[in-house]
Formats: sequence, C-alpha cells, structure tokens
Amino acid sequence: MTADSRAPASEPELISEDAPGAGVVAVRGVHRSFGELRVLDGLDLEAAEHEVVGLVGPSGCGKSTLLETVAGLIEPDAGAVSVGGERDAAGRLRRCAYMPQRDLLFPWLTAIDNAALALRNRGQSRKRARAAAMPLFERFGLAQFAEARPRELSGGMRQRVAFLRTLLAGKPVLLLDEPFAALDAITRAEMQGWLASALGETPRTTLLVTHDVEEALYLCDRVAVLSPRPARIVAQLTPPAPRAADRTATVTDPAFAAMRERALEALREGAR
Amino acid sequence: MRRAIGPALVALALIALWEVLTRTGALGAILGIDEQTRDVLVPGPTDVLTTLWDDRGLLAENAWVTLVEVAAGFAVALACGVAFALAMHFSGLVRRVLYPLVVASQTIPIIAIAPILVIWLGYGIGPKLAVIALICFFPVTVNTYDGLRSVDPDAIRMMRTLDAGRLAILRRVELPAALPFFFSGARIAVAVAVIGAVFGEWSGANEGLGHLMLVEQGQLQAARVFAAVVVLSAMAIALFGLVWALERRIAWWGKEGLR
Repeated sequence: MTADSRAPASEPELISEDAPGAGVVAVRGVHRSFGELRVLDGLDLEAAEHEVVGLVGPSGCGKSTLLETVAGLIEPDAGAVSVGGERDAAGRLRRCAYMPQRDLLFPWLTAIDNAALALRNRGQSRKRARAAAMPLFERFGLAQFAEARPRELSGGMRQRVAFLRTLLAGKPVLLLDEPFAALDAITRAEMQGWLASALGETPRTTLLVTHDVEEALYLCDRVAVLSPRPARIVAQLTPPAPRAADRTATVTDPAFAAMRERALEALREGAR
Repeated sequence: MRRAIGPALVALALIALWEVLTRTGALGAILGIDEQTRDVLVPGPTDVLTTLWDDRGLLAENAWVTLVEVAAGFAVALACGVAFALAMHFSGLVRRVLYPLVVASQTIPIIAIAPILVIWLGYGIGPKLAVIALICFFPVTVNTYDGLRSVDPDAIRMMRTLDAGRLAILRRVELPAALPFFFSGARIAVAVAVIGAVFGEWSGANEGLGHLMLVEQGQLQAARVFAAVVVLSAMAIALFGLVWALERRIAWWGKEGLR
C-alpha cells in the first residue's frame, strides 16, 4: 500500500478541474539529484490557470524529472512545488494527470476501457465508466473506434485515445511528456492541430515537454527553454499566435519563424 | 499444418526403420539378444500398437490414475508458483530470502528424495503430488515473477496519476501483463509434470503408468513398457496443447504487452 490509501469505495474526492486556482503550478528553486547526478538545479517555473506551457530542451536535460516532480511522483531534494496550492506529494498527485511518451495503452482493454481507466481506478463500475467516457469519444470523433483494440489503431489514433485517458482523469493539470515524439511528421502535424483544438475545447493547465521547438511554439502560450543537465530555464518566449486554427498559416508566419530562430538560439546558448 | 509435415515424415521413417530392424531380427542381433527371447524383449512398432489395443483397459485405468496425479500436482504448482511470485514481487525481503531457495529447490535430485517422500507420505497420491509440484512450481514462479516485473515503469507512474492505488495497479496492469508469462511457465511445467508423476510412482505405488512400467519391466514385457511410454507421451503432448490453447484464448496479447 502506498501512503495514499484512502478507500476509493464510495464517491472519491475529486478536485474539479474547474475549481478556481486548482490548476496553478509553481515550482520554486527545485533541486533534485539521483546519486551523483544533478538533474534539476534551482529550477523556477510557473503556470497560470489554463496556461499551456512548453518545456523545450536537449534530450536527457531533466524535463521528465521536472514533470514527475510536479506530479508528486518524486519529491525534490530542496525547493518547493505546489499545484493548486497543494504542496505535499499526495495532494499534487490528485491534481495532475500524466501522459507518457509512449501511449502505453493496455492491449487487453478496448480503446474506451483504456480511456476510462481513471474512473475505474476510482471505483466506478465498468458500465458507468464507459458511459462517462463515451461523450468525449463522440466529441473528438473517436466513437467508431471505442470498441477497437489498441493494436488495431494507427499511431495517431492511439495518441488521441491516450490523451482522452489523461483528460478523463478529470485533473486540473495535464502533464504531457513528448506525446508525439514517436509519430511520423505528417501524423505529428495533424495531431498538433488536433491537440490545439482539444485544448481549446477543454482548457487545462498543461505542461508540454517536447524537443520540437515548432511544436512548442505552435501549441503553447509560453515556452520555457531549458539548458542541458542540470536543467535551468535559459529563456522564456511568448509565441505570437498560439493554437491558431490554421496550423500551416501559423508556422509559416514570419513572426513565428523569427520566434523559432530565437528559441533555437536560446537552445544553443544554453548548451554552451 | 504444413510445418508439421517435415517432423511427421521423419518420425514415420524412424518408426519404419525400427519395424524393419525388429522384423528381420537385426536389432536383436545387434543388441546380442538370444533368438528365442527376441520377440518379447525387442518389440517392433506393430507389436506396441497391438499391445496398445489389446491392453487398452489396463492402460486406460493406469493412465487415469497418473492423469489425476498430474492434474493435482500441477494445480498445487500453479497455486504455489503464483503465490511465491506475488510475494517476491511485493516484498524485497521475501525476494532476497526466497529466490535463492527457489533456485536451490531445482538442484535437488528428485529421484533421490522421492523414496523418502514415500516413507513420509505413504503409498497414496501424497508423494506423487509433492514430486510433481516440486518440479513444476519453478518455471511457474520464475516466469510469473518476470511477468510482474515486465511492466514499463512509465505505465505505473501514469496509473498513479490516474488515481490507481497499489491494488488497482496490480489488478489492471501487473496481473494482465504477467498472464502471458505465467502461461509460458505453465506450458513448461505441464510437460515435465508427467515425468514427475513417473518418478513418484517408481518410488512406491500400486497403480499408475509409472507403476505399470516397473511391473512389466520386471516381467520382461517390453511391448507393454513401450505402450505405457507412448500413452505417457501422448498425455504430456495433449496437456501441453491444452495449456497452449488456453493461453492463446486468455492471454492473447503476448509478452510484449507493456514493455
């Protein structure tokens, strides 16, 4: 049993994603080492309610560790992390939903049963959980795939189901760890457009880890550029027009291109 | 089906060769067996087939006894194997204490301790059950344990943010992921379970195919010994096939499930 052993038998306590301030993330002076390896070294990061913050940095710079720390999956050695005012790990865990890089859909469950996992974990019956998930499947055009097995779905479809699984956790904060890294370029562009509209319809505070500068600038309200390990923030950029409906028009806009150059420059500077 | 043709042809050729060698008396001559006793001591495949038919009542009776022993021993092994795997998975202390003992149990020469088990547990099903379980629980334990540990740590992290407690993680992730591993262990176990039953019966029994072999050996009834071997093999192959069929039905997602 973990420390978090509240009986989930009846209606569990659920932090509504709509509760005011529930999605405010504050990371202040966080240090974290694994043995001799210093991964986070006095990192500061804020995310306002419903803000989508991109975290861009070189591979292995500690982005995933940062997400795990915010989620309450690991504790910082020093510094403070709060999510919706909650500072302890269990409280943060209740407010965050994590979407890993690989979709990690369970092959033994159908798409909708995968998406409804959080509801099942909170003790809902399979029937109720599926009924609660179905409207979201319909809204995002996945209704016909609800009963498909993950292996019958394309990479993009699997990622959509994985995102719905994260959304259905009903948490105020979404932590997306390179969600589209494993997809081909065309599918990735398509998925970015899809995620943009999904976040438009169901706004959540979102930390999006990616190594794709363009993806970050297109999807996020703000992009933090991280240095190589130990990670610190070397630049914060505000994209000109985040999550615009027309992705192609956005990324080919001169202002966007200039911003991309600044971000790449910051990455190079940070690596020095 | 097509893949089975090669092995079947080779097997048929070997059986035909065996038949020719016994019919001509060549095998008996090579083995230096007296011409008068050759027919009894060096039976050919047709003699074995005839015996299988003529003694079908005797063989079936004893096969049933052995099958019950195998089923019971196998069931005990499955239960113990899963219990050990879960205990090792949940407790580092149990793992450190138990794992070496589980491995050590496989170094015990079963043939040597089977007679002692008979002294302790008597002539009934007890010692057979113990021998079969002792042989079979090892592949079940090791495979199931590996399966429980095969889950991608990212899946556990994700489940925790999806409000899964330890039991939900076990039930919804680790157990389904371990199921195909459990079945691989069970397939190996069921194939050797039959051998375990024979060891158990050889150490002291009144019935069963292993017992029948010993008796017929004593009476120099080689064809009956062979017939008993054929029935035992068929039983092992059928049980293996049964477990495999179950595996493909129940744990069809395979070992790559969540890695």
